[in-house]
Amino acid sequence: MAGLTLRDVRKSYGATQVMHGVDLDIEDGEFVVFVGPSGCGKSTLLRMIAGLEEISGGTVAIGDVEVNEVAASKRGVAMVFQTYALYPHMTVYKNMAFGLKQAKTDPKEIDRRVKDAAEILQITDYLDRSPRNLSGGQRQRVAIGRAIVRDPKVFLFDEPLSNLDAALRVQTRLEIARLHERLETTMIYVTHDQVEAMTLADKIVVLRDGRIEQVGSPIDLYEQPANSFVAQFIGSPKMNFFAISDLASGASTNLGRELGSDEHVGLRPEHLVPTDGSAVVEGKMELVENLGEYALVHLTTETGVEFIAKTEKPPSVAKGSTIGFSIKPELAHFFDKSSGARK
Amino acid sequence: MAAVTERSRLSDFMWPALAWIVALVFFFPIFWLVFTSFKTDADAVKPEHLFFFTPTLENYTNMTENYDYWRFATNSVITSTFATLFALAVGVPCAYAMAFNPSKHTKDILMWMLSTKMLPAAAVLYPMTFLTKNFLGIFDTHFLVILVLCLINLPIAIWMLFTYFKEIPKEIIEASKMDGVTTWGEIKDILIPLAWGGVASTALLTFIFCWNEAYWTVRLTTVDAATLSKLIEGNRAPEGLFFGRLAAVSTAAVGPIVVLGWFCQKQLVQGLTFGAVK
Repeated sequence: MAGLTLRDVRKSYGATQVMHGVDLDIEDGEFVVFVGPSGCGKSTLLRMIAGLEEISGGTVAIGDVEVNEVAASKRGVAMVFQTYALYPHMTVYKNMAFGLKQAKTDPKEIDRRVKDAAEILQITDYLDRSPRNLSGGQRQRVAIGRAIVRDPKVFLFDEPLSNLDAALRVQTRLEIARLHERLETTMIYVTHDQVEAMTLADKIVVLRDGRIEQVGSPIDLYEQPANSFVAQFIGSPKMNFFAISDLASGASTNLGRELGSDEHVGLRPEHLVPTDGSAVVEGKMELVENLGEYALVHLTTETGVEFIAKTEKPPSVAKGSTIGFSIKPELAHFFDKSSGARK
Repeated sequence: MAAVTERSRLSDFMWPALAWIVALVFFFPIFWLVFTSFKTDADAVKPEHLFFFTPTLENYTNMTENYDYWRFATNSVITSTFATLFALAVGVPCAYAMAFNPSKHTKDILMWMLSTKMLPAAAVLYPMTFLTKNFLGIFDTHFLVILVLCLINLPIAIWMLFTYFKEIPKEIIEASKMDGVTTWGEIKDILIPLAWGGVASTALLTFIFCWNEAYWTVRLTTVDAATLSKLIEGNRAPEGLFFGRLAAVSTAAVGPIVVLGWFCQKQLVQGLTFGAVK
């Protein structure tokens, strides 16, 4: 087991730079999730840690050892691929044993480790099957099993759930969480799904265009987003943004201060409360999505800004009516209009 | 609905019939070759004996006893086998490198390799003969035939292998890297088993091309390394038209490769259409 230290890690393809100097510390045993929109560099960063991409600049250290020039298989990391990447011509058992065999591990030890891992993942019954006779979920377990048997210092997951259907995704997500609790090994997990990030992570790393936007616990990111990008990326439905001209007359009472003309205010849909009194924002109701458990109310301000409020029950007014919302001052987020930085 | 059924009934009949006709047209020369090989040289040119004649094995006994068929056949087997093996030994690593670690010049290299097939063989006949005969002294040796057969088939072999290897998901190769295989292990344990159909059909096709090659094998050999192509060539009417004998020699030359192709038919078709259907 080991932590990781990334210092000024850069990656370029020819003249195009895609990672612009990433600094990151990962504690031993931590579950870290890299999250961001597609093309943000999260997979590239993971692959650089894995040893599948060359590191163009900076250093990656696993434990105390710099691994820039160390071969992938010697770094003590194991990777689970999005497409499972099982060897189609080998049985499940052989798939899991292959890495150990390459390392010339004692056959008895291989057998013990494969069976232990199969036990943990409940795939003992499939050991003699070939991957093509397994379902997607079973294949993903085998891929995880292949990583476990190597007893790595760090597990790397590259969007491991995106090829599974919704129900299986939730189940496998839980299993990965349990696995982490059981093995207490450092895990790095890449996803574009913020729900996976929020539920699994000890620490989330939000990336955009090859740069880290913010690092923090899920709750930190939710409550104290460092900038408007993180604020919009974390939380579903995403945070609403308003300029001073979009707000209602009672805004400053609600927010506890005046909003500057160079500022945006971010209000999460779940924090907006319908009110007849002094409102922070008012909107014409366009559409209601009633999910039973809660309702998503889509509205438009007089200035034409669309926003969403998440309410317990659908509003009892007709479509097209204007509804006012209040918010607790501590739940409002202020951002600089041009830089997006939190104020 | 009725129209649909009728049309499909018509095509049910038409397509197989058409397929049979085409197959028979293609098969006819081979049939005629075998048929003629059982005629005497005299019968072979007489119109009244076109279909009715007394079959004889004379041509075949003559061929094995007087024309040393087995020596030519052995040379064909040796040169084709080794040329195929060498082509694979060079082609597999080469195609592997280009499929999984392409550089920006990979496409150019592939095109360049193909362009060598565009050079007319006759254009280099003189330098090749001069070089091998007077300079290197390897004229009419197995080594030379194997080398030439290997080199002229290498571009096709590499192209084929490259196409098959491209079909293998990159992640599987990456997973094996994470598992710590050596490059050789990667080729042996992952690549070849996964592209087995492709490797087999490449080998088979290369072997067939080597076996059938006639331009260089005829011109760069005299006795020692002469292959079956040379045997056919040698029986080509220097003293008149001996169609019976020529037919027997040709039958005995193409026979083994037809039989081999027949047995590997499934493998060959599967291999050749592998990229197309996916």
